[in-house]
Amino acid sequence: MHKLWASTYKELLLLSRDIGGLAILFVMPLVLVVTITLIQDSTFRSINDNKIPILWVDYDKGEVSKNIYDGLAESKSFNIIGKESDSEAKELVFKGKYQLAIVIPANLSSELEKKVNLNVEGLLSKFGLEEETPQSEKADLEKKEVILYFDPATQMAFKNSIKNGIDKMIFKIETQTIYKAFQSQITDDETEAIFDTESFITFKEVTPSIGKNEIIPNSVQHNVPAWTLFAIFFIIVPLSINMVKEKSQGTFVRLRTNPVSYLTVLGGKTVIYLAVCLIQFGLMLGIGVYLFPILGLPSLDVSGKIPLLFLVALFAGLAAIGLGLLLGTVAKTQEQSAPFGATFVVILAALGGVWVPVFIMPKFMQTLSNLSPMNWGLNAFYDVFLRDVGLMDLVPELTLLFLFFVITTAISIVYNERKNAV
Amino acid sequence: MIQISHLSKKYKNNADYSVVDLDLKIDEGEIFGLLGPNGAGKTTLISMLSSLIKPTSGSFSINGLTFQKNANQLKQLIGIVPQEYALYPTLTAYENLYYLGSMYGLKGKLLKEKINFHLEVLGLEKFSNKKLDTFSGGMKRRVNLIASILHNPKVLFLDEPTVGVDVQSKNVIIENLKKLNAQGTTIIYTSHHLNEAEQFCTKVAIIDHGRIIIEGAPKNLISQYPESHNLEDVFLTLTGKALRDHA
Repeated sequence: MHKLWASTYKELLLLSRDIGGLAILFVMPLVLVVTITLIQDSTFRSINDNKIPILWVDYDKGEVSKNIYDGLAESKSFNIIGKESDSEAKELVFKGKYQLAIVIPANLSSELEKKVNLNVEGLLSKFGLEEETPQSEKADLEKKEVILYFDPATQMAFKNSIKNGIDKMIFKIETQTIYKAFQSQITDDETEAIFDTESFITFKEVTPSIGKNEIIPNSVQHNVPAWTLFAIFFIIVPLSINMVKEKSQGTFVRLRTNPVSYLTVLGGKTVIYLAVCLIQFGLMLGIGVYLFPILGLPSLDVSGKIPLLFLVALFAGLAAIGLGLLLGTVAKTQEQSAPFGATFVVILAALGGVWVPVFIMPKFMQTLSNLSPMNWGLNAFYDVFLRDVGLMDLVPELTLLFLFFVITTAISIVYNERKNAV
Repeated sequence: MIQISHLSKKYKNNADYSVVDLDLKIDEGEIFGLLGPNGAGKTTLISMLSSLIKPTSGSFSINGLTFQKNANQLKQLIGIVPQEYALYPTLTAYENLYYLGSMYGLKGKLLKEKINFHLEVLGLEKFSNKKLDTFSGGMKRRVNLIASILHNPKVLFLDEPTVGVDVQSKNVIIENLKKLNAQGTTIIYTSHHLNEAEQFCTKVAIIDHGRIIIEGAPKNLISQYPESHNLEDVFLTLTGKALRDHA
């Protein structure tokens, strides 16, 4: 026990004298979580202050284009800039000056109205209420296209949401025009409400709640756990560098000649780096609770969750440390451990769903994701933050994280013993 | 004390053996010098005896103990002063010694007393709270030595303990080693300083190409070669004057 205490104290001294290392361990994760949360906050906000400038070319100048324009303006997501020509808008967008240009074709409103009227009249004539519409009039109608120009660098998700949004608006306008056409054919009184044009089917999102308080997901609740976990796992880089340094300084060689087990040496590192993880986590929570509101972000809600959150952080920290110990044991130089460690954490984060949700990954990647300790940790954090679960619900994920620590540490010890067997 | 039998070592990427079928017996209380040109196999032999590398074949025992059966007992019995400093540069001399002493199971007042005693004997008491990275080479060598003798080892292995140090530091180190030997510590040391070995060692073995080519008390060896005036002459006669650069 004294040897473990001495090893822990030595690690504490080594770490406390490495100012650069301490900065990386404590400051960088905080910078990371603040930056990412600020960037991603807009995607979670229902009212967005940061409007995206888009170009608007209206050759129609009719009711349909007015409805689309109003729909875009109502969304409060866009700053709509009018342009006179299609080619100018296209050039500006393709040069990357704007993300999007929308071109409404000429006579869209009148042609749509004409088409709907013809269809309605045709339908009513089948019931003997109207004279049959000549075929030549139907043939005169040509299809209209609303043209969208996207900056080639625009992400697919943004493109899809815009296309879906405009599609929905056009569908609504078409439906309302049909209702109007029927109305005008059936009655001369425009004020008479024959059709209820309000949507019959709507949807309601039901979110989890604690008592009467709903748990409404926001950028902070999502980002703090994800990026805190990322920071916790990043500890493998300084930890493995610490171990490789000991090899290059010759101190590891000296320790091999001492009557001390490798487990004790690793134990000292585990205790200190686990403490670092928990302090780091505490700072992250502090930032979420106290700094984020000052920066205009939602405050992190940790009420009643702190013990469980620290429990998850403890097990996630152990898993990260196990990986760091293994990397530090196997790597021979800092040039091996640092880039590998950093890249591997990024891969684990990607697999774990830190950047892209696991459910939208390809099937094969979803299977791989189940093997990422970051996925277990992230699920455990989301369970606490967003799903309001109890300790027993966390047991599967915590067990996996702990087993990961035990297995990686055991591999480190076996590898070290085999490599240095006498 | 130390019984080596048919000990050989061949590294994976080397065509030749570094130590070849070596037999050696070192008695208790001796100061035994392992001498040889670069690449002769001295460090490999010491590394095997101190459990750092695995022999390809053969065996050895120290005080009747082997690493295969009594690793921790044996590690408690021996001390190793490696060629490199093997200390933490950002820790103070005291902190280094406290940690390394603790690894031998020393603690509390006893450990503090031992550290302070050795720091004083080796002239470092004023620098005990200075970080190692501010020390000169000679000072680091002395801390390196203290780290290996805090637990009073029965056998002390030293791999070129005086390389790259000033004359004063070298003198302090050698004098201290003599005192340790007088107190019952068997010393096995490698060096390129043949004059130092001639003065310091009770017995030497000259190794070349992994084999012991001669062994005995320095005076006896010199007397075996009438044209030699000192151990260096004997050494050059036996190993030749050709350069022994290796990579």
